[in-house]
Amino acid sequence: MNAPAAPQSEDELAALIDKAVSDRAPLSIVGGRTRGSIGGRGNGAPLSTRALTGITLYEPAEMVISARAGTPLAEIESALATKGQMLPFEPMDHRALLGTTGTPTIGAIAAGNISGPRRVSIGAARDHLIGVRLVNGYGDIIKSGGRVMKNVTGLDLVKLSAGAFGTLGVLTEVTFKVLPRPETAMTLSLDGLSAQNAVSAMAEALATPFEISAAAHVSANASAPSLTFLRLEGFSESCTYRAERLSKHLDNFGTLRLLEIDEGTALWQRIRDAEDFAGSDFATVLRVHVAPSKAGAIVDIAHANKASIMLDWGGGLIWLGLAQGADASETIQRISEAGGHPMIVKSAVVTLPVLTPASPAIAALARKVKHAFDPHGIFNPGLLAGHI
Amino acid sequence: MSAIAFPAPDNTIIVRRDEIIAGLARLVEPECLVTGDDEMRPFETDALTAYRRMPLAVVLPRSTQEVSAVLRYCHDAGVNVIPRGAGTSLAGGAIPQEDAVVIGISKLNKVLDFNIANRTITVEAGITNLAVSAAVAPEGFFYAPDPSSQLACTIGGNIGMNSGGAHCLKYGVTSNNVLGVKVVLIDGTIIDLGGDAMDVPGLNLLGLMIGSEGQLGIVTEAILRIIPTAEGARPVLFGFDSSEDAGACVAAIIAAGIVPVAMEFMDKPAIEICEAFAKAGYPLDVEAMLIIEVEGSEAEIDASLARIVAIARQHGVRVVKESKSAIETAQIWKGRKSAFGATGRVADYICMDGTIPTGQLPYVLKRMSEIVAGYGLRVANVFHAGDGNLHPLILFNANDPTEQAKAESAGNDILKLCVEVGGCLTGEHGVGIEKRDLMGVQFNAADLNQQLRVRAAFDADWRLNPAKVFPLEGRTS
Ligand SMILES: Cc1cc2nc3c(=O)[nH]c(=O)nc-3n(C[C@H](O)[C@H](O)[C@H](O)COP(=O)(O)OP(=O)(O)OC[C@H]3O[C@@H](n4cnc5c(N)ncnc54)[C@H](O)[C@@H]3O)c2cc1C
Repeated sequence: MNAPAAPQSEDELAALIDKAVSDRAPLSIVGGRTRGSIGGRGNGAPLSTRALTGITLYEPAEMVISARAGTPLAEIESALATKGQMLPFEPMDHRALLGTTGTPTIGAIAAGNISGPRRVSIGAARDHLIGVRLVNGYGDIIKSGGRVMKNVTGLDLVKLSAGAFGTLGVLTEVTFKVLPRPETAMTLSLDGLSAQNAVSAMAEALATPFEISAAAHVSANASAPSLTFLRLEGFSESCTYRAERLSKHLDNFGTLRLLEIDEGTALWQRIRDAEDFAGSDFATVLRVHVAPSKAGAIVDIAHANKASIMLDWGGGLIWLGLAQGADASETIQRISEAGGHPMIVKSAVVTLPVLTPASPAIAALARKVKHAFDPHGIFNPGLLAGHI
Repeated sequence: MSAIAFPAPDNTIIVRRDEIIAGLARLVEPECLVTGDDEMRPFETDALTAYRRMPLAVVLPRSTQEVSAVLRYCHDAGVNVIPRGAGTSLAGGAIPQEDAVVIGISKLNKVLDFNIANRTITVEAGITNLAVSAAVAPEGFFYAPDPSSQLACTIGGNIGMNSGGAHCLKYGVTSNNVLGVKVVLIDGTIIDLGGDAMDVPGLNLLGLMIGSEGQLGIVTEAILRIIPTAEGARPVLFGFDSSEDAGACVAAIIAAGIVPVAMEFMDKPAIEICEAFAKAGYPLDVEAMLIIEVEGSEAEIDASLARIVAIARQHGVRVVKESKSAIETAQIWKGRKSAFGATGRVADYICMDGTIPTGQLPYVLKRMSEIVAGYGLRVANVFHAGDGNLHPLILFNANDPTEQAKAESAGNDILKLCVEVGGCLTGEHGVGIEKRDLMGVQFNAADLNQQLRVRAAFDADWRLNPAKVFPLEGRTS
């Protein structure tokens, strides 16, 4: 395949889109190409944001950073680290899971609303996205939001862009609210709980005032018992105090064991990146968003289909790994019936739809919104299939 | 004379009033339809009281189905609709027109579900903000966005305006705390956006709905995220000799890695007004004051405060006064939260609501006093300092028509200044009619056209809240 077009500036990008619109030639927008088929399998001439790079604004005292869409995530994170700050929503890195190479970019994180374990406490990528610039399917450069945290001026096209997977336009610049990096993190483990009990324990922990920043459960496998993890972050005196209170609070679930700091750091990266589901053991990997109160039902479905599972977000996110030969499409259907929102992250069977379709009324509305940005269907055809 | 224009009412609708009222009467119980002039008077305006218009009729449906039937009727009959919560909008977002039917959601005020495992509460949209927190308080939770109007304002209105409050610095605004909504579209279609899961796939129409000011549909139910109440909270008053010192202190606290629950700023005129009203113990001999609140156990609070006080000392703080009791805490917040009401006792005022990058604070404060003084008026400043959301209260005498015009001009100049320094026209009160004609200052034609096309995807005929948000000039229909 030819190298994708990689415009050097927003204006160059707009001109390229103008041409694609007049040729009615669909585009497939790519950032670092680490995403695989999450959000759907697109088709169209590849258009890369690779050459749109650079941090354009960073004001630590205002907790705000802006960068061009193709800026590598690593560059953003290291700039933030020099000032003791971070992207609060802990974006997942898909490379280990999907076996992709390349560099995750900040624009794709916004477009995919990519969040990690801290989602359960402080919110998703979209909660921290406060400004965007994008080129729409008219070739117009559009801005929405800005660089300030409180902004309700006009329709919130920023929140709409987050998670749209580039179906509305090409993001050229994004602005995120950031937070100070916590002084310390403490990870506590409850050993040997069933997934069902883990959901209850995590719900109890998350209902305390002790500010759990992440809650996950890694199920038992041949080599290890099941483990349920809770993370506390902040000043160290405060973490110690909260850990003590939490131990008392959860004593009916067992004894909380404190992990070493390094062990904790590695663990949360492993959970964030769903590393346990990498490799060839699993023909299909699903990511299921669900209300924690319905997590137990999803776990039952997983067990019935001999799937491996991992729970994050206190049970609000369930990873399922299905071995070769398991009936993925039946599993997906049962998960949807049980109130879960399954998404195929990895699959050997390319004919399976990546997302379960939206209701007809919502899909009809979403299509009108898509049309309002991209009347000729230039951007990422095939993504969010069944939803727009 | 009032400066903000309303489109001329459509006489072809007004002459059909009896027929329209009869049509509505077939859809709702008689006590849900308000048509008498005296009874409609409370619906004539919102908290932007300088402007008022009598609506054609007011409907107060009791269910989503009734909202749907009424909207479908209005859609088919070609009648404009004004969605209304409690009518506390400061931007004129809920002000009706002579040719429009107000659909008020105040009778939709029940709690439908409280799920501790999910940390969510499902409510009808007409419930008040404070009633949500009250419903979950016995189980140790609260609903985070806390507009000062929370005793009266509704969740539907909060969603309409994406409202904030003093505690948003840590917990976010409305859009960060809503997981799902039930919406009735203009043709009566009922849809559920978002849901009980933390993020659902597809276009984020939920995010688009929040802050859409009644332009896209009527919200009848919402699933809200609730948060465990901290073990304790303590506000502390910090008095400074200058606004610059207070502003620099705010920046230094954040730079030190501390994000308190709230950091509120008041200047001398605001301190005096609020203290006279609330007797909160505010220092009267300082030029500027911060209310900083931290949360946690007693020991955690002491530890965080020690760090904050040390930073404040480096920035020349002159008075540090901690709340010593729950009563003092309540009084400190009462003073802040009644800032608008207390100001209303000493003068007429208009409340502005721009946001600026916090680094621009000293410059903007100075320019604002110059602007207001240039019109021969006075200003009192209260604002959410942590996030740069300003609320200058421009004081004037409403009995003097030239003063009202001057106050509005000064307000417009201030909002333009906010945009000029990198901020925006409205941080939490919305555009409404008030800032409608300034939208071109923040957005260019391409930006606005994109928003208008999105709006049209929901309501192609401009039936919903038609005179709001977008400049009247340049509209296509
Ligand atoms: C004294 C005072 C203090 C205030 N303090 C704050 C503050 O601290 N922070 C803050 O953010 N705001 C504040 N406000 C502004 C106001 O209270 C908020 O904007 C509030 O959210 C409005 O709620 P409401 O129920 O009164 O809505 P309304 O004023 O009735 O309506 C607000 C907007 O939402 C639309 N709307 C209402 N209900 C619905 C619905 N169900 N579906 C769709 N659209 C709907 C309306 O058409 C209108 O555009 C204050 C106001 C006053 C008077």
